[in-house]
Amino acid sequence: MLLNHTTSKIVERKALTVNPAKTCQPIGAMYAALGIHGCLPHSHGSQGCCSYHRSTLTRHYKEPVMAATSSFTEGACVFGGQSNLLQAITNIFTIYEPDIIAVHSTCLSETIGDDLSQIVGKAASEGQIPEGKHVIQAPTPSYVGSHVTGYANMVEGIVKYFAKKSDELKNQLNILSGWVEPSDMRELKRMLKLMKVKNVLLPDTSDVLDSPMTGKFEMYPKGGTTIPEMVSMGDSLHTIALGEWATEKAAITLDNQCKVKFSMTDLPIGIQATDRFIQAIAKAGSVSVPESINDERGRLVDVITDMHQYLYGKRVALWGDPDQLIPLAEFLVDMDMKPVYIVSGTPGKNFNKRMEEILGESVPEAKYKNGANADMLLMHQWIKENPVDLLIGNTYGKYISRDENIPFVRMGFPIIDRIGHSYFPTLGYMGGLRILEKILSALMDKQDATCPEESFELVM
Amino acid sequence: MVKKLDITQGLPDPSKVMDEILAKYPTKIARKRQKSLVINEPGEGKEIQANVRTIPGIITQRGCTYAGCKGVILGPTRDVINLVHGPIGCSFYAWLTRRNQTRPAEGEDNFITYSFSTDIQDSNIVFGGEAKLKDAVREAFEIFKPKAIGIFSTCPVGLIGDDVHAVSREMKEELGINIFGFSCEGYRGVSQSAGHHIANNGIFKNVIGNNNKDRIGKFQINLLGEYNIGGDAFELERLFDEAGITLLSTFSGNSTIESMEYSHTADLNLIMCHRSINYIAEMMEEKYGIPWVKVSFIGAEGTTKALRKVAEYFDDAKLSAKVEEIIEREMKKVEVVRKAVKAKTEGKLAMMFVGGSRAHHYQDLFKEIGVTTVSAGYEFAHRDDYEGRDVIPSIKIDADTRNIEDLTVEKDIELYREDLAVKKEKLLKSGYEFSNYDGMMPEMKKNSLVIDDINHWETEKLIEYYKPDLFCAGIKEKYVVQKSGVPLKQLHSYDYGGPYAGYEGAINFYLEMERMLCTRIWKMVTTPWKTDPEIVGSFAINE
Repeated sequence: MLLNHTTSKIVERKALTVNPAKTCQPIGAMYAALGIHGCLPHSHGSQGCCSYHRSTLTRHYKEPVMAATSSFTEGACVFGGQSNLLQAITNIFTIYEPDIIAVHSTCLSETIGDDLSQIVGKAASEGQIPEGKHVIQAPTPSYVGSHVTGYANMVEGIVKYFAKKSDELKNQLNILSGWVEPSDMRELKRMLKLMKVKNVLLPDTSDVLDSPMTGKFEMYPKGGTTIPEMVSMGDSLHTIALGEWATEKAAITLDNQCKVKFSMTDLPIGIQATDRFIQAIAKAGSVSVPESINDERGRLVDVITDMHQYLYGKRVALWGDPDQLIPLAEFLVDMDMKPVYIVSGTPGKNFNKRMEEILGESVPEAKYKNGANADMLLMHQWIKENPVDLLIGNTYGKYISRDENIPFVRMGFPIIDRIGHSYFPTLGYMGGLRILEKILSALMDKQDATCPEESFELVM
Repeated sequence: MVKKLDITQGLPDPSKVMDEILAKYPTKIARKRQKSLVINEPGEGKEIQANVRTIPGIITQRGCTYAGCKGVILGPTRDVINLVHGPIGCSFYAWLTRRNQTRPAEGEDNFITYSFSTDIQDSNIVFGGEAKLKDAVREAFEIFKPKAIGIFSTCPVGLIGDDVHAVSREMKEELGINIFGFSCEGYRGVSQSAGHHIANNGIFKNVIGNNNKDRIGKFQINLLGEYNIGGDAFELERLFDEAGITLLSTFSGNSTIESMEYSHTADLNLIMCHRSINYIAEMMEEKYGIPWVKVSFIGAEGTTKALRKVAEYFDDAKLSAKVEEIIEREMKKVEVVRKAVKAKTEGKLAMMFVGGSRAHHYQDLFKEIGVTTVSAGYEFAHRDDYEGRDVIPSIKIDADTRNIEDLTVEKDIELYREDLAVKKEKLLKSGYEFSNYDGMMPEMKKNSLVIDDINHWETEKLIEYYKPDLFCAGIKEKYVVQKSGVPLKQLHSYDYGGPYAGYEGAINFYLEMERMLCTRIWKMVTTPWKTDPEIVGSFAINE
């Protein structure tokens, strides 16, 4: 047993987190910044943060993740990090030549009270930012929220800096993509193309964190939202923001700053959430839904009807980010599965409300918790009390999966022991089909491995 | 394909590429970096700048002091709860990511699979986090009943002044188990190295010497600076076990706090990673009189040398005979594979930039299969790791180093091993080497390029210049280098392979090099229609 200290006896905890279901803000800011073309993320704090964030993102995407750091030592903590950041800005523009530096703070620079906008302002007024180059910034104290908060703060920082309103309304939609995979970004663009809706997707990590092997390293790969695109967001018809936790802040900023109204919708995971997404696009873009989208939807529904017997009543435990867990739980309920245990370290009061709406009547026995102490130890203890048939979450679930012999589908962040997430989407109806296929394979593999020989089935 | 660098007449003088690298930097930065890039001339006593602050804005390989303390030194020890006092990220990122394997006996504690944190929030930053830390310690004790708890400070708790040492003392009193703290805030020092020193001090003060256990073996040793990546320690345990040498404690691969408590009853300390743990060896010698020797179990020849060195120390005919028997048997197996692999790898070029000893040790493995290391350096070393311990007195102590406590250690009147001190004197006279490490530079070829704290820009330029067949570094560099068409071997995580220590390890590594250096896929990077005159279409079937 790898987690042999985990017992079913639940001790009330108010201070100790064990095996967290979240991580800290700056990594989210770094991921969001990688979705802008020509951008080098910069971590303002001690260099360990940047090193850990780059390592974790690299392990998840198996792609280069470039970022610089202010490399604080004790002196910077005493005298402030201004000189470190000013020096860093000069060095970065001289040596690595990005178009944009996206600076995010850390708990260290936040605690000593470094004011990023003041320092960046000073760099600008002293001519340290070359003509046509940009330094954007976002506050990401690690002791507030989670990695999702950091993502939201950086996306907000991006639109705050770039989006401008001109006199000319553009016939396009803004899509704020939420924390999803490069494959999902690509899938969003494909769906929008099918619907013939011109759009700006922000951020867009496709062609950045799934780049091809060419024998030549590109510090700034061809993907990512471009500066003209980001500027034009202020002139768009409407904004569709995917996932409240990751994108609402930026959507509100766009509305306040450029009067672009927005619709908040869930990440299009599963049938109903994708339906709502498609409807939101159709409405905001004044387009009808093409037959090809109906076909994709129909295929997903068809497969569920075909395989329903394997899904019905199966108990599932989930962990991860609220924006993903909410539509995923809904999708599972739509397939008559039972998401009975759900934890997310990411705080936010709407979590319980949304889960109650989705699970209240259908899965009254469900336990869910988010925020402080909603960790994987608690979830494992719930499982010890009353087991589940399936686990869905990031790589860290593999220990529970092995100890308890429960099939496991990897979704979320980080996935550092398998590939696929960055290449095959889980968004949209096609993504739903992939989630379904993974769930079925996991359940059936377990059945095949454990059933008595006389009930070993050829046809399933 | 660019023509490969010709090294048949020796390594070329890399001055030109060094100049190109420096030309890109702002003047002040160029002046600073220049001292960390050295063209090697063995025997000339060349000086390298090391263990200095990373330049802000430079894309560095380095991590932080917390990573060195918690992640590296304490992380692999299974029966201690490592409680991180700080925001969630610090504990999250150090959760199982270093690939330290461990093998607890039935019913023994193993907390390696857990990540413990106080997950401090902004209210703790404002009002202080000590109360929360105390509660967390109590909760950890109630749920997990550990023998010991280590508490690690992170950047913000250091800034707000939470005293992890005071909390440790108080909680130790209250709960009656060993609880100790580490002031290993990420901003201390200039790299992970500071964290190693802090961890060494903490273990020495709070753990070593807590249990004066009776002898369990005739020849008792500790292995220092071995972290059991990919099962390295298991292979070494196998060899010691067969030879009849009792490995009391490893610092800290496949290890327990319990074994560290009686590690001071050993007769000899072996140091593998000099940078991370030489402090403990020094302090144990001062306090308990246990001599230490530097060894490397990376490479078959290194392993043989190390085993013989241990046997020679104990000066026992039966032990020596057993060791020779093992060497002969193992080397036979090694030779078969080595020869077969060498035929395919001879003449290839490697570069390596890792940690604080591996960039040196792995050159031995490469030599055994005819691979030349053209450029190498450490991530967080000090000058002595490059130039040898002779230079220690001449290393200037700067403010960043002065911030790390240096323990004053005194002889333990009761436990000091006079017999070992006498033994050491006698062996020294016969030419046996103690307390020494020659460093990496004397062992590298003339004109090889030695670089401390290499950064991304320098990496790119070196790849362009040397066109190496293999690059060794860590995960952050892996895909950057591979996108340039050069395979990268991670020497921190071993790319999820291993073990590479000892004889079995050497065989594994040879085979791994055969795989990496001879694989087909790199030849398929370029599309056929790129080289076989590009097809330009003039007719399309579709609209």
